[in-house]
Amino acid sequence: MGVGVRSGDYMNLLNLDPDVKVLLPDGSARRLMDYLIPSAILMLAALMLMISMFVPYWHMSLTAPQYPKGLYVDVYVNHLEGDVREIDALNHYLGMPKLDEGGRLERSISIIAVVVQGLLLIAAVFVHNRWAAALALPALAFPFIFLADLWLILYTYGHSIDPQSALGGAIDPFTPPLFGAGMIGQFGTVASAGPGLILAFAAAGVVLIGLWFHRAAYKPIVDARNKVKASTSQAAQA
Amino acid sequence: MIDLRDFETKQIVKNPNAINDHGGAFVTPNTEYVIEGPQYSTPIGWEYAPIEDYAEKYRGLITFWKFDRVKGRVDPSQSFQIELPPYWQDLCDAGKGPSEGWFFCNSFNTEMATGGIEEGNPPFEAGTAKNDTDFLHIIDWKKAEEVFKAGNTENINGIEMIRLPTAVEEGILYFTPEPKSPHGADVTPGGEFVVVGGKLDPHVTIYSIDKIEAAIAAGGFSTDPYGVPIIPLDNTMEAQVELGLGPLHTVFDDKGYAYTSMFLDSAVARWTLGGPYAGKNPDEPWKLVQKLPVHYNIGHIASAEGDTVSPDGQYVVALNKWSIDRFANVGPLLPQNFQLVDINKPGDQMQLLYDMPIGMAEPHYVQIIKADKLQPFEVYPEVGWNTETMSVDPNAVTDPSQARVERDGNTVEVWTVVVRSHFTPEHVSVKKGDHVIWHLTNIETTRDATHGFAVPAYNINLSLEPGETETVEFDANQAGTFTFYCTEFCSALHLEMMGYFFVEP
Repeated sequence: MGVGVRSGDYMNLLNLDPDVKVLLPDGSARRLMDYLIPSAILMLAALMLMISMFVPYWHMSLTAPQYPKGLYVDVYVNHLEGDVREIDALNHYLGMPKLDEGGRLERSISIIAVVVQGLLLIAAVFVHNRWAAALALPALAFPFIFLADLWLILYTYGHSIDPQSALGGAIDPFTPPLFGAGMIGQFGTVASAGPGLILAFAAAGVVLIGLWFHRAAYKPIVDARNKVKASTSQAAQA
Repeated sequence: MIDLRDFETKQIVKNPNAINDHGGAFVTPNTEYVIEGPQYSTPIGWEYAPIEDYAEKYRGLITFWKFDRVKGRVDPSQSFQIELPPYWQDLCDAGKGPSEGWFFCNSFNTEMATGGIEEGNPPFEAGTAKNDTDFLHIIDWKKAEEVFKAGNTENINGIEMIRLPTAVEEGILYFTPEPKSPHGADVTPGGEFVVVGGKLDPHVTIYSIDKIEAAIAAGGFSTDPYGVPIIPLDNTMEAQVELGLGPLHTVFDDKGYAYTSMFLDSAVARWTLGGPYAGKNPDEPWKLVQKLPVHYNIGHIASAEGDTVSPDGQYVVALNKWSIDRFANVGPLLPQNFQLVDINKPGDQMQLLYDMPIGMAEPHYVQIIKADKLQPFEVYPEVGWNTETMSVDPNAVTDPSQARVERDGNTVEVWTVVVRSHFTPEHVSVKKGDHVIWHLTNIETTRDATHGFAVPAYNINLSLEPGETETVEFDANQAGTFTFYCTEFCSALHLEMMGYFFVEP
């Protein structure tokens, strides 16, 4: 009931300013929407990256009989939260370094690095050739770099056991699992990706989609320009 | 004063004029005052006076400690006392609702017996039980507060006291008879009645605040030797209910029943209140309904939220002084016995549910409140918490890097960090004769991660709850090599949590 909306109106909503066309150098015309879509997608990816800084990238929970509520640590790009103090207190028996000691450099530059990635994505909106892909590369690589670095930090933790500690001499070096369940003493551990890391991976996917639309929009311009250039030089030779 | 955020003692106030009390602590309805009842009369201010001067020099004394609700502490400068005749005032209760502003205490030596069994005199147990009645003390504490604020007091040993003649003159104090060697004075939830157990009389006597106020307004009293007005029992009594032998304390539920501990009968007596309570249960008012045997020699009794204006009415706990055969025999010193009684069903359907041995001294006043009314700390709010000031201690050390030993002349000050499973520092050296000030901070933030600190040779033993800072001072007068160690099994390496304390000769 009520006022009927024809399907053409919906199309108009998706197709902003359908009466406006973009005139390419070779005289062909394209919809304005074709150029708005990649810009919007790349900016969305930048926004997702910004949001990801405020939520944990990685989560580890520990359970033991004497901790009925369990212990946990949340790893953000720039800080740690949770029962860090208690986990450090327990780890000192194993001679493991304090959690805070791992990835200090990364945490100190992470905010700037993520903001730069976002700015580069926005810059890619304004670069209308294949170099746009180069600008998007850091955002594509970021979640993989994060995981590789986290693995390195975990490896370093498990291989920095102080032999002078109470139990240090009795423990072989180990690497805590990046994902999934593990067991250390009476503690069961479960490591999982946090919403931040999922957002960063999703942002990388969105970047790929954005680049596809970007190419679809701007390659014809580059081609048209080349075509015009070729015909101009032909005319000159003639 | 015990803070219910950590259940630790925060303040102990010494009474400069009273040497003993029985009815330790009663509060006015909004905790304006914490009232310390008296017990055995003595010369005021801990002074010497021979027993022959009993009537002239010996006095009862009631203390109104002003409670500062913001600080959670008693403020002695705003507190006052009232001098009473030497009648061995005992247990008290504050009025509420229609009786708010009144305070009631029983007494049991209006005979002014002075004992002396060794000289052939009647012993106290006989001398104090001679009269058929003693006096229920009726105190107008609001008026007493006015008199105190008006300065009509005498400062004795640093606290203001309303002297007995002033109390009489100002109409602060009245008596009414109560049979016989009575015990307790318990105000009903609505504040209409005061119940007094007969102890050596088989009744509980119930007084009406309306009648008391009407009698006081009417005036025309006889007086005791100290001039205190005595209101005849007939003018104050609402009812008497015969319960049996040895009625002591009375508590209340939400269904118009009262529960009185029967010491000699070893029973809990359930009986009905009248007046506004009639009709809240199917039983006839002012009647004994059931006597439930308890094991054994019940003294105090507690009902769930029973001292409030809205008792909960689910359970009563009988605080029994003897347990005899209820538990495995552990030798001649037996535990006391708390018994949980279900009082949900009306009539004679009270049921004994559970026995619990209590390995401490004789159980006295108990309050039962719903646990969710309290929000105690799980660990102290900040590391370095001083539990006396309830703030961070200036001598807290929150990181092992701050742990240190400093000497200033003959004083050695130690700042120790305590965490599973080590002290920092572990070696502490002083010289014989040094004065040692030792600060310890448990930097744990995990629930139940309590450590102890013991230097047994110096009689030092501390409990350090998570986040707590404590300071202990002593003179290192004994040379030698001593150990200090954790006394709470804190971790798998608890036994290893120790250090050496060297006192060089």
